[in-house]
Amino acid sequence: MNDEPKGKLALYWAASCGGCEIAVLALNEKILDVDALFDIVFWPVAVDAKVHDVEEMADGSIDVCLFNGGIRTSEQEYMARLLRKKSKVLVAFGSCSHEGCIPGLANATNRRGIFDTVYHQTPSTENPDGIEPQSKTQMAEGTLHLPVFYDTLRTLDQTVLVDYYLPGCPPEADRIWDAITAIVGNDLPPPGSVIGAETTVCDECPLKRNEKKIKKFYRTWEIIPDEETCLLEQGLVCCGIATRAGCGARCPQVASPCIGCYGPNKGVHDHGARMMAALSSVIDSDDPREIDRIIRDGIPDPVGTFYRFGLAASHLRRAKPTDGNGALSKR
Amino acid sequence: MKRISIDPITRLEGHGKIDIFLDDQGDVANVYLQIPELRGFEQFCVGRPVEDMPNLTARICGVCPEAHHMAATKALDAVFHVDPPPTAKKLRELFYSIFFATDHTTHFYALAGPDFVVGPTAPVAERNILGIIHKVGMDIAGKVLKMRRDGHHLIEMMGGRKVHPNWGLPGGVSHGINEEQRREIEQLGHDAIEFAQFSLKLFEDVVLGNSDYLKLVTGDIYVHRTYNMGTVDGNDCVNFYDGQIRVTGPDGKEHAKYPAADYREYIAERVEPWSYLKFPYLKKVGWKGFVDGADSGVYKATPLSRLNAAEGMPTTLAQVEYEKFYDTLGGKPVHHTLATHWARLIELLYAAERWVELARDSEITGKDYRVLPTETPTEGVGGVEAPRGTLTHHYVTDDRGILTKVNLIVGTTNNNAPISMSVKRAAQALIGKGKAATEGLLNMVEMAFRAYDPCFGCATHSLPGQMPLQVTIRSPQGQILQKLGQYVTTGPDPLTLSVP
Repeated sequence: MNDEPKGKLALYWAASCGGCEIAVLALNEKILDVDALFDIVFWPVAVDAKVHDVEEMADGSIDVCLFNGGIRTSEQEYMARLLRKKSKVLVAFGSCSHEGCIPGLANATNRRGIFDTVYHQTPSTENPDGIEPQSKTQMAEGTLHLPVFYDTLRTLDQTVLVDYYLPGCPPEADRIWDAITAIVGNDLPPPGSVIGAETTVCDECPLKRNEKKIKKFYRTWEIIPDEETCLLEQGLVCCGIATRAGCGARCPQVASPCIGCYGPNKGVHDHGARMMAALSSVIDSDDPREIDRIIRDGIPDPVGTFYRFGLAASHLRRAKPTDGNGALSKR
Repeated sequence: MKRISIDPITRLEGHGKIDIFLDDQGDVANVYLQIPELRGFEQFCVGRPVEDMPNLTARICGVCPEAHHMAATKALDAVFHVDPPPTAKKLRELFYSIFFATDHTTHFYALAGPDFVVGPTAPVAERNILGIIHKVGMDIAGKVLKMRRDGHHLIEMMGGRKVHPNWGLPGGVSHGINEEQRREIEQLGHDAIEFAQFSLKLFEDVVLGNSDYLKLVTGDIYVHRTYNMGTVDGNDCVNFYDGQIRVTGPDGKEHAKYPAADYREYIAERVEPWSYLKFPYLKKVGWKGFVDGADSGVYKATPLSRLNAAEGMPTTLAQVEYEKFYDTLGGKPVHHTLATHWARLIELLYAAERWVELARDSEITGKDYRVLPTETPTEGVGGVEAPRGTLTHHYVTDDRGILTKVNLIVGTTNNNAPISMSVKRAAQALIGKGKAATEGLLNMVEMAFRAYDPCFGCATHSLPGQMPLQVTIRSPQGQILQKLGQYVTTGPDPLTLSVP
């Protein structure tokens, strides 16, 4: 491999939390291996290449771009389109670009709702003149501009064509390294695939399992579970049953239920629907009224529980836009 | 007027842009620091089960998820009216001290350090963490990598994951530690103390030992006399995990001391149309604009502020450094923004000492790290010191623990107004008066915000792309007057380049 010219690698972050960058940095010494394999032509967090450097590159001249973050503003959309054009292989890196992640829960509301809460209703806000941020503001010295805040958060593949997906919030460093070696060794699945495990978190979870029969779901603060035994069997809504493996089942090992951050397993598009199907098979009742009660009492927020990470990518995608100011996307 | 856009500003977490307006003489007329992002956690968390908040709000920021996780967990204690057992509190603070040491390391070496170790006007290609490695050698780089690796390893061991732990519950934590783990934590804690002392020595040699840098730190380019905020323990010493919030005036005298739950009596937030980020100020002093002094409600919440707002450090080694800090800089309070870097390293030492102290606590391996809440959930406030300032989470729920209201005032948001002021002052001191705005000078403008270690991702409850600096100077008619070296660009967002 040393005789071959180095590939060109770009990394970028859009509407994300920065955890994916920290996960890449958690490669620790392997970062030096990445540096040996690739010229990192763009990675704002670590390398001083500029956006104009990217703009000036020939189309397709970046071999691999790892793109994290969803698309919430006009500026992020610009960067997604730019990097798509310049990259041979575009990887949706991490849950936000893959399926919207927690910020995608904002699709249960809209821009108007967010502005009302943040700029008018929060208890510490003092805004007697009803000011809101504007895309253009005329000041004495000139006009100030802000990017447009869209009504809907989109995943990367709802914005541009994506070649591969690397799931996780964030992906574990080991999985990042697996993906890099797969890319370098040209050992890739068909385009459009997730690079990752094809089993569920349950398959890598060391907790003891017996028969799952649930009469009652508990909120995490309602019981102290046995730390050696499957959490779902004890009535905690653990998403491991319908979530792709890859994390090493770390959360259940500290007695916390899986929250589903690696998204759906292979062949499943809608993570939430899959979770609901999986849970319905373990409820120990044939009586519809009793089943209703079990679900209503134990799972008071189905959207936030089943679509915690995947709402933006799901069949639901977003709540129905309402009429009125700002409710419809200005794309 | 001419405009210089620094868009986006770099080596921070999150996104911001600076617009510098020049008058006809080429002097700086005004400066705006704009934050172009928002995600709206306060809105979309409504309707969620409140116990999800430590995990949901961790996604505000993947650089400091532990801070949000912890503030949320403490808010859950308050919402459920439950007091965690001593082991739980100590485990949380131990975890939090490990996080603080790790995070302060990242900022000093990866984000701010290059300005000092490599140089404020050094070539752009060298002014980064790799430049530091080249300058100081792999030996030191190895120390930095070890500190970060150890920290993440222990965070994962205790909280489940390196990034985005899943651990905090009302009344405690989900899992404890055993004796074998405790020994490893303690041992790595001793290494962390050594690393913190090494970092302070490095700062002394590289910054304080260089008269040019010392002049920058103590000169009048980077200075603002504002109020200071920080959390203090019962002895008015710095604490990151718990205590009362203390605010001292520009003269160093106490202005207020209150529990986090009373924040609304002391803090208000202002909205400006040109930024998505609000501007908090001291309510009892009032908003007087972007000005400093005792009559202006502008305050800072940074490592420097925490030192200023406290009477000392609660651990031995850090206290020695604390005294040396004020002796060297001419007494309390210190208003020189760049001294924040030094204060951050003193906090790194305190975090490491506290880490070892708690790892040696006889209760730390106890099994009672959790109690179940028995009361109906209602409303609660949780506060911690995030590395970048006082962090407040405030939740209201219905009687099933479903959120009906969420308010978040995060570390960097506190500093929104002072950061704007610092950037303006630096620009006015460095640009104009016949001098061209070189890349190096513009970086020195950026150093004014970098000292705050701002996390605009956190601040806007969003963390968007960090893109490199680009500068184009245009006339009022839009004609390009000057393109700065490697910054020649057409810009990612054509909107940002238009001129009145």
